[in-house]
Amino acid sequence: MSFLSLTSIKKSFGPVQVVHDFNMNIEKGEFVSFLGPSGCGKTTVLRMIAGFETPTSGQIVINGKDQNALKPNQRNIGMVFQAYALFPNMNVHDNVAFGLKVAGVDKSEIDARVKQMLGLIKLEHLADRFPYQLSGGQQQRVALARAIAVKPQVLLLDEPLSALDAKIRVSLREEIRQIQQQLGITTVFVTHDQEEALSISDRIVVMNAGRADQIGTPFEIYNTPSTRFVASFVGTLSIIEGKVADPASGAVTIGNQQIALKDPIAGMKGGDSISLALRPEAGSIAEGAKGDTALAGEVVSTSFLGSVIRTRLRVGGDVISFDMFNNPGVAPPVSGDNVTLRFAAKDLLVIRE
Amino acid sequence: MKKIWAWGALVFGLLYFTLPLIGMTNFSLKMRRGEYSFDAYAKVFADPRFQETFTYSVMQALFTIVFGVLLVVPTAYWVRLKLPRLRPVIEFITLLPLVIPAIVIVFGYIRLYNTSSWLPLTGSLTGTNILLMFGYATLALPYMYRAVDTGLRTIDVGTLTEAAQSLGAGWTTILAKIILPNVLVAVLSGAFLTFAIVIGEFTMAALLNRPAFGPYMQLLGANRAYEPAALAVIAFGITWGCLGLIQLVSRFQKSAPPKA
Repeated sequence: MSFLSLTSIKKSFGPVQVVHDFNMNIEKGEFVSFLGPSGCGKTTVLRMIAGFETPTSGQIVINGKDQNALKPNQRNIGMVFQAYALFPNMNVHDNVAFGLKVAGVDKSEIDARVKQMLGLIKLEHLADRFPYQLSGGQQQRVALARAIAVKPQVLLLDEPLSALDAKIRVSLREEIRQIQQQLGITTVFVTHDQEEALSISDRIVVMNAGRADQIGTPFEIYNTPSTRFVASFVGTLSIIEGKVADPASGAVTIGNQQIALKDPIAGMKGGDSISLALRPEAGSIAEGAKGDTALAGEVVSTSFLGSVIRTRLRVGGDVISFDMFNNPGVAPPVSGDNVTLRFAAKDLLVIRE
Repeated sequence: MKKIWAWGALVFGLLYFTLPLIGMTNFSLKMRRGEYSFDAYAKVFADPRFQETFTYSVMQALFTIVFGVLLVVPTAYWVRLKLPRLRPVIEFITLLPLVIPAIVIVFGYIRLYNTSSWLPLTGSLTGTNILLMFGYATLALPYMYRAVDTGLRTIDVGTLTEAAQSLGAGWTTILAKIILPNVLVAVLSGAFLTFAIVIGEFTMAALLNRPAFGPYMQLLGANRAYEPAALAVIAFGITWGCLGLIQLVSRFQKSAPPKA
């Protein structure tokens, strides 16, 4: 049985249903990210786990215990907020000690635990500082220490990195993952940043309009998106519209060019519209590039991104993006160039709605 | 040219407010013929009724502050957290004491809580004292509520509450350990204003026949020459002292308002 299970969770605010029949099982010690755009319901699900929102219907079970009837302060759940939410009237030590004091833990034990937590986030030397004397990154690390000091059953992270600058975000997310693995805490992380979700999660739930569009490992989510939304939201995917020429052989017509997919196209007949997706790193226009499939097109634009150059190519009615490594010895294509993009048929994904 | 008018207006304003005070203070020091002295002040301080009424009013003020804090802080917090749509209604209710004269309120009290009513508070001294304290709390409500509400605006009440709840805290702990300490400066501002109001209040104390400082000032003013001026200066001193304390405690705030 799963450690945290969400069964048929629905949530409505007045007439608006924001979460539709959400189901999810999370194992003990697992790090799961809810990924999706603003308003997709990911934070609402998190808040229902925390007890700050009540599901309209459905059941939340943690470690075999039904949580629906429990108040937020009875659930033993640690939570880290986007806005840090450190208590402004308390210093770092007292913030971390707060949950332990509420639980009635002995003072000596509290001091030892606070010291251990501050050691974990490497901020022992700032124990006497007040929140306003800390940087954003330091405040969020203290908030993390405070949340895990009470040894919660589940750790909930509500976009904890969103308010931080890019560099701190990267280092802190690695730190969070390291601490999570070290302590083995079951963690649910909410983010709209796909890179964050892909880099630290055991599994990702991609949410769209209150539904879980796809649940899978970062590898599965990135490489085999199951819906058009997941394909467009996670990573950069070029969507290519075509017509099925021959389902049995996997032949598809794109504009006036024909290519063959790796496998036969199930459930479709000749003349049906089909959506295909291609990752920018899958194709190349270099001389002698490998690939059993080719599409000719005209360069629309190129963007210099440092280590790579992203080129946009018009093929039929669609624009395909592809990346090439920056090589100072090779001039990038320019707008108007006619080039051939080569890629492996296996990299072309069929997108179902 | 504009500057001259601005300075002129400032000087006029300062004279308008300070001249009567200077005149009154000057008069209060002239009890002894031909020379300045603190005789009037000495007489006031030596009067047992001064000590009795001042002590009574100070005690009333302290009880009013405690009652006001217990009433207003949870109310303002709850309205901000759970009933934000009711804020305009609550603000309107808290403003009512400014437009309803104290005499109307106290007559209402006397009619509602007289000895033949279901709750005969005026039938005993303790009951009347409690009734007077409620009356003072009503008069101070606009100031106390506004001060606390302004204090709550500077913190992210919702997120701090949820953070405390996720750490196992119940409502009492949240109010006592998180909310109150973070709005303490605002609460103290409201408390000092309440103190100043209670010390100078006349109508309620006089009509409920309690030995408060306000009626004593009125009684002295009707029968003596120099002592009322000295008493008025003392009352001003208390009020200004309270305002000074508000400024002082504001500087002791050890936490900066959160950015969120």
